[in-house]
Amino acid sequence: MSGDGTGEAGLVQLLDPDGARVATTENAAYRGRVATLTGDDLRGLYRDMALTRRFDDEATALQRQGELALFAQATGQEAAQVGSARALAPQDYVFPSYREHGVMQVRGVDPVDRLRLFRGQDHGGWDPAEHNVHLYTLVIGSHALHATGYAMGVQRDGLVGTGDAALDTAVVVYFGDGATAQGDVNEALVFAAVNNTPQVFFLQNNQWAISEPTTRQARVPLADRGPGFGIPSVRVDGNDVLACYAVTLEALERAHSGGGPTLIEAFTYRMGAHTTSDDPTRYRSREEEAYWRRRDPIDRLAALLRAEGEWDEAWAAGVEAEAEALGERLRVEVRALGAPPTSAMFEHVYATAHATVEHDRAWQAEYEQAMQDDDATLTEATR
Amino acid sequence: MATLTFAKAITLGLRAALADDDKALIMGEDVGRLGGVFRVTDGLQAEFGEHRVVDTPLAESGIVGTAIGLALRGYRPVCEIQFDGFVFPAFDQITTQLSKMHYRSRGRLRVPVVIRIPFGGGIGAVEHHSESPEALFAHTAGLRVVSPSTPQDAYDMIRAAVASPDPVIFFEPKGRYWSKGEVDLDAAPAAGILDTARVARPGTDVTIVAYGPTVATALKAADALAGEGTAAEVVDLRAISPLDVPAVVASVRRTGHCVVVHEAPSAHGVGAEVAARVTEEAFHHLEAPVIRVGGFHAPYPVAKLEHDYLPSVERVLDAVDRSLAY
Ligand SMILES: Cc1ncc(C[n+]2csc(CCOP(=O)(O)OP(=O)(O)O)c2C)c(N)n1
Repeated sequence: MSGDGTGEAGLVQLLDPDGARVATTENAAYRGRVATLTGDDLRGLYRDMALTRRFDDEATALQRQGELALFAQATGQEAAQVGSARALAPQDYVFPSYREHGVMQVRGVDPVDRLRLFRGQDHGGWDPAEHNVHLYTLVIGSHALHATGYAMGVQRDGLVGTGDAALDTAVVVYFGDGATAQGDVNEALVFAAVNNTPQVFFLQNNQWAISEPTTRQARVPLADRGPGFGIPSVRVDGNDVLACYAVTLEALERAHSGGGPTLIEAFTYRMGAHTTSDDPTRYRSREEEAYWRRRDPIDRLAALLRAEGEWDEAWAAGVEAEAEALGERLRVEVRALGAPPTSAMFEHVYATAHATVEHDRAWQAEYEQAMQDDDATLTEATR
Repeated sequence: MATLTFAKAITLGLRAALADDDKALIMGEDVGRLGGVFRVTDGLQAEFGEHRVVDTPLAESGIVGTAIGLALRGYRPVCEIQFDGFVFPAFDQITTQLSKMHYRSRGRLRVPVVIRIPFGGGIGAVEHHSESPEALFAHTAGLRVVSPSTPQDAYDMIRAAVASPDPVIFFEPKGRYWSKGEVDLDAAPAAGILDTARVARPGTDVTIVAYGPTVATALKAADALAGEGTAAEVVDLRAISPLDVPAVVASVRRTGHCVVVHEAPSAHGVGAEVAARVTEEAFHHLEAPVIRVGGFHAPYPVAKLEHDYLPSVERVLDAVDRSLAY
């Protein structure tokens, strides 16, 4: 049940909604890709998902308290994000949209830095070179082209098909079901296909683009678009972290070796509102939410860990303590993020000096100084 | 010194840029085997290969968007937009992405992308082939917007544009592509050529401000004025953003009169910006209001009417007369 009419047919799944391993002839190759994951690996996936959810909860609370201008939750999409990001090599480069908090968790982008944008303190928030993660992009789909161009650059740099796992580089771009309707995403697929870029298009079909269901964007399962561009595509159960990991690993392998781009449609669900400013009760049903709640990606992995004797209470308490500490840190440090100085507005508009910016900067500084002088005179006068 | 057409001067500038920097590449529709619809990239693919001079899919947003990605990876893409009226599919990428990447990242990211756009009218083309959208880009912080008016400047400015760490929108006056001029291919280009105006003809009685295609019109008007005993100074802006306000103001302080000429519609345009800056900074030197000569607030007209739309020598002379009669 998804309300989108495009259905769940053909999804790669390795864990059923109850967390039991699924074995079919179709998923045999993918099963092989997760067979080597150890208990520690599985617990690592769980931890990243749990911390992502806590990040969401705290950020949402901070928004409610007026500390953030807006927030877009990843809740419900942790498996798609953490599973895919865990498959990446360190040198791979990520272009996120704006709710890829699970990807940021895996890539180690500082949690406070992730909220600078939403607090209105910075238009970016982190150094892309530090984690090989580009800044969040708010104009829907535009970053798909940046990712494709970047992948064309990687190709030019000769970092594809070298056979050296530490060198071969791929680019992953994350976008939503609504974004697939954008020209830029379609143009990116064209450029990627004709250039055979080392790239993964990771589409999170979370069923909704604000209030519009996927049927408003497409009449066919979104993964069906790929072959029309000449790009192999796969649909995956986006709430199954193992399946998301396995299909991304396969796509990255293709990209790294020079096999070109892949489109992955992760069929998932956004459990929260689109952002803190919309009201999902206006456009979707309780039944639908309940259906998806039973498919929660974190519960699913927890069930697997329990079933396989990998759940360890002391470890679980450790993750919980880590989540508590994360929440505490966000509550304290986000509140402490002050406004940048006014002059920051004029910095980095250009890489080299620009007369109009300098003119406006000087005017503003003079104006501010005059106001301060006025205030001083006023204080003097009223003494 | 070589005598070159304007178009050839740009070709040689691009050639030098490709030779100087192996991270530079040209991308666009038909830029390779055809050499571009105006042949500006003629011969470059044969010389540098398909890897450096790339024929792209027919997707303007795709061209600029992927150029941004390439720039983020350390390359210096020079995009050709085939005609002025076809830049709009890429407008979003240019204004929301290209212009802001450096700012958003607090200077950590650089996107040295050049976007070449043949612009302006006078060649009897069909619709969407004769537009002057420069004000739309100049209004956007983060972009440098320039337009050369001579083969020498075209050669020097395209090289400076490719070398610039900032994104540059490079408007080529297509009506001038076939005009010729002397070009010194070896001289070091004037410092700050992307930021500074040039006095194209000195004079003492009136300042005529122009850029790109209308510099030639302004010079012709100045010739006619000289015959009447009026010494007009022609200031060629070269850069629209940033505007070289000190150069314009210095000239107006000497002459007391200012006429601004461009092909784009006058309303809300570059001429309005020049007039406002001159008024703010040379008010007491002005003996007349700044007068604009430009296109009308109507879509670019059919080719059979463009001679009435474009600023003609007569309209410039009329504006100068009105200014001097104040
Ligand atoms: C070009 C553009 N149009 C509209 C918006 C406003 N907007 C923000 S998010 C959104 C819905 C996006 O849906 P989808 O691509 O499915 O991604 P999701 O948010 O569900 O992850 C819209 C319409 C925008 N940011 N950019």
